[in-house]
Amino acid sequence: MANRKTIDARGSFCPGPLMELIAGMKMIAIGDEIEILSSDKGSANEIPEWLRKAKHEHLGTEEKDGVWHVLARKTH
Amino acid sequence: MKILIVGGGMGGTILANNLARRLTTELRSGKVRMTMLTASDRHMYQPGLLYLAIGRMTPEELYRDQASLLEPGIDLHVDPAEEFRLDKNEVKTKSGKVHGYDVLAIATGARPTPEEIPGLAENSEQFYTEETAVRMFKRLQAFQGGKIVVAMGVPHKCPMAPLEIIFMMHDYFRDRGILDKVKLHYTYPIGRVHTLENVAKWAAPEMDRLGITYETMFNVKEVDGAKKVVRSEEGSETDYDLLVSIPAHRGMEVIEKNNLGQRGWIPTHRHTLNMEGRSNVFVLGDTTNLPISKAGSTAHFEAEVIGENIAALVRLGAPVREYDGKVFCFIEAGKDRATYAMFDYQNPPQPRAPTRAVHWFKVAYNKLYWASARGLL
Ligand SMILES: Cc1cc2nc3c(=O)[nH]c(=O)nc-3n(C[C@H](O)[C@H](O)[C@H](O)COP(=O)(O)OP(=O)(O)OC[C@H]3O[C@@H](n4cnc5c(N)ncnc54)[C@H](O)[C@@H]3O)c2cc1C
Repeated sequence: MANRKTIDARGSFCPGPLMELIAGMKMIAIGDEIEILSSDKGSANEIPEWLRKAKHEHLGTEEKDGVWHVLARKTH
Repeated sequence: MKILIVGGGMGGTILANNLARRLTTELRSGKVRMTMLTASDRHMYQPGLLYLAIGRMTPEELYRDQASLLEPGIDLHVDPAEEFRLDKNEVKTKSGKVHGYDVLAIATGARPTPEEIPGLAENSEQFYTEETAVRMFKRLQAFQGGKIVVAMGVPHKCPMAPLEIIFMMHDYFRDRGILDKVKLHYTYPIGRVHTLENVAKWAAPEMDRLGITYETMFNVKEVDGAKKVVRSEEGSETDYDLLVSIPAHRGMEVIEKNNLGQRGWIPTHRHTLNMEGRSNVFVLGDTTNLPISKAGSTAHFEAEVIGENIAALVRLGAPVREYDGKVFCFIEAGKDRATYAMFDYQNPPQPRAPTRAVHWFKVAYNKLYWASARGLL
């Protein structure tokens, strides 16, 4: 099973959840996953767009009690 | 009680002075001992590097002797930490000395790592160290026209610096009267020109107005110095005559070597600022893994919370305050206008249009910093 790293970016306005994800991608191996937590819906929405553009995989987004959990897999 | 502070930069210095003021009596009586380990006998005001790169400050203006910034009662050793033995409450230094502690604070900062991107270190100008900022200024001075590209890595210290440098370069070339020969091109890793939405909303039309072009969703993958092209992870490329980069950062090597945190970022509790799992170890400044700006103001606000809590540990045996994620950043919008952003974990920033007054306040702060580091502001 792939390793999964969680990044808690709740309450992050600057640099913000997407920037945390981009930085986090450097910490994991190809095939591994990152779950990023965001308390801001707008930033949760930007993440899939970047994943598509950077050709990583978006495994899903789920909202639990006002926190968005976005799951991504590093593909290259 | 033995307090050990590792790192004599913004966070470490403000914390040490804050504690020295709170615990004057205990330090005098010997009930408390405070030691600082640092890597340099000089203290650099890093925000000044931005002005150095554009010829508006000189290197000597950036430094003070570290010892001159510290309150009496702080035992300063310019002897960097090499081994963190957290299970034994000890730190061993380069000279071989072992310092025991009851409470440890780590504020070793972060370092730019341009070498991680192929071609970046050799083919770009940077302003994150004195040497590179001086070199960048000389390149700007010699520049007679062509395309300047600004590109950055993530994470980096001072998230406002990319915008500031592009606007400051614009005014620099306008003042030299060669703006019509210079094309400024800005790139940014996410889908707008700055991570703060309100800042991006103000900065993008400002760039349009000034003729600065930009490309978003641009994460540098490699630089081809022979062809003078930067390529992005997202598959695009842009050519340049002069490349200015803000490299991605890591925490210090000593943090990585001691397995305190991946890429040098120490897992830190967002409210208590304790290293995760260690109630007698505090972390502040750039080396935390917190999802907030790596900025001097962050280190400053964290130092105040940790100072209050360590003093409470001495006097009450328990901490009394939590960090709320507060950050304050100035944003230079050219050579004579600036704005600012203030926010915390709960409240997003609402920056206003830049004004001259805020710019002059930042210029004043460049001098007032020394009073702030001493704990006088
Ligand atoms: C170009 C630039 C512009 C900036 N502009 C702004 C701005 O406008 N506003 C703002 O708020 N912030 C700004 N910053 C960011 C700010 O300078 C940093 O966020 C701040 O200095 C972080 O403080 P720190 O204590 O974590 O680290 P630092 O201030 O970097 O201090 C780290 C300290 O650790 C010491 N050290 C290193 N290794 C060891 C070791 N092994 N043992 C013991 N000590 C060690 C070093 O000697 C140093 O004293 C800017 C930074 C740069 C580079």
